[in-house]
Amino acid sequence: MSTEPASVPDPGYNFAYLNEQTKKMIRRALLKAIAIPGYQVPFASREMPMPYGWGTGGVQVTASILTPDDVLKVIDQGADDTTNAVSIRKFFRRTAGIATTSDTETATVIQTRHRIPEEPLSESQILVFQVPIPEPLRFLEPRETETRKMHAYEDYGLMHVKLYEDISQNGHIATTYAYPVRVEGRYVMDPSPTPKFDNPKMDNCEALQLFGAGREKRIYALPPYTRVVSLDFEDHPFEIQKWTEKCSLCGADDSFLDEVITDDKGGRMFVCSDTDFCSKRQIGRQEAAE
Amino acid sequence: MTAPLLSVGNLTKRFGATTACSGISFDLWPGEVLGIVGESGSGKTTLLQCVAGLQSADEGSVAYHLDDGHRIELSTLSEPALRRMQRTEWAFIHQHPHLGLRMNVSAGANIGERLMANQWQHYGNIRSEAEKWLQAVEIDSSRIDDLPSTYSGGMQQRLQIARNLVSKPKLVFMDEPTGGLDVSVQARLLDLIRNLVRKFGLSVVIVTHDLAVARLLSSRLIVMRNGEIIEEGLTDQVLEDPQSAYSQLLVSSILQV
Repeated sequence: MSTEPASVPDPGYNFAYLNEQTKKMIRRALLKAIAIPGYQVPFASREMPMPYGWGTGGVQVTASILTPDDVLKVIDQGADDTTNAVSIRKFFRRTAGIATTSDTETATVIQTRHRIPEEPLSESQILVFQVPIPEPLRFLEPRETETRKMHAYEDYGLMHVKLYEDISQNGHIATTYAYPVRVEGRYVMDPSPTPKFDNPKMDNCEALQLFGAGREKRIYALPPYTRVVSLDFEDHPFEIQKWTEKCSLCGADDSFLDEVITDDKGGRMFVCSDTDFCSKRQIGRQEAAE
Repeated sequence: MTAPLLSVGNLTKRFGATTACSGISFDLWPGEVLGIVGESGSGKTTLLQCVAGLQSADEGSVAYHLDDGHRIELSTLSEPALRRMQRTEWAFIHQHPHLGLRMNVSAGANIGERLMANQWQHYGNIRSEAEKWLQAVEIDSSRIDDLPSTYSGGMQQRLQIARNLVSKPKLVFMDEPTGGLDVSVQARLLDLIRNLVRKFGLSVVIVTHDLAVARLLSSRLIVMRNGEIIEEGLTDQVLEDPQSAYSQLLVSSILQV
């Protein structure tokens, strides 16, 4: 676990990189998104000093909601120490001078690429998702004009066509990530490419969840305590992934595991994808042993 | 006497200076198959699309009678209500199967789409219904998980029919359903359509330039030219004893083998 205290930002940058007008515009989109849970609000996405697909949507949302007192945590596939997470944390240290941490509990804003931390979130936290393709219906309906109407008229039969196709080709619902959800019984939403393992965590979550898609110029949100139901069939109910192994580092049997190839002779191990959760458990185990 | 299922009154559709349909009126009675024939560019397809709500007419009315005796005017219907009607009460068979099918999902999913849109949520039931409909259109049910792109043209057209009829519509619009198919496949498809129409008591509006198709399927015929109705009457009457000069020309232009 590493925490860096707040510092002085680089001169020449406005607080958190974006200018105030842009942040205002994004905040207006955010407010609308929160008012209509699951609805995709268009916004004037800006060029950011990073390529599309690296989290430009999430970064813009984070930049708009940060205050000087915030403590930022950034995770990439659950890990605090991968390139994307490290760079975004550094970016905000440099442009906003805010404190950063890898500790889920002390963070006030968590920007994530494709995972929700294993530790339960609280009302004082905001989770910001980086979203590549916000439209859950895009797989079967390429026309934006048509998908907008489908959302407006609650015309969601097509979403089940995708799940039907999964079962008919694989014998079970093989969608493991970006698993579509229904928000408060109204909008169908793509929970970004988070594994479906995390879908139940979105339901009735205490924290505010914000989704930013930079290239597609869309923002959507889940206010705290929102009902989020994963779509399924009566005879093929929604299920999350299960593993027969435990984490080889901390022994957890209830977290999302990554399979790591260790050599070219078939050696492999399973480890928690949430590095903060895993290292905390390892410390706990050491202390218990001593 | 019962009311007509569909009443079209004085329907006009213009594209800029071109008038595609001008002042078209006709009634469709329950269980009737109405053929619309005419040369290409005569406005048949535009008329069909306006009546089916796929295009909006500039003038005139299209009224549809529901089972409960209510008469609804198409132009006053909200878009979601119209879309609901298009996927439950009505069906539209396109000339090209790829316009009416989803080519990137299996045949079963194609047939199941209307069911799922109408709140079917049980995979097993959707699948058995899809198998039933594949058999009804003479496609081997072992092909249920194959993509439509692996089907022949005739099979694709039959799949499109199954996909549309699965919601048990009352009114079916067909736009040249046999166009682009070879003669033997055409004959088989026409036979199938005729049987399905009888079996389910469908009312059909079928647009075709092929008088043989019209003769085989329809009980009443409308002959169109330049966006206007030239002649209408019972199919046999129109084809055996055409009154207008244009209908005579059309009938005499059928190729004789």
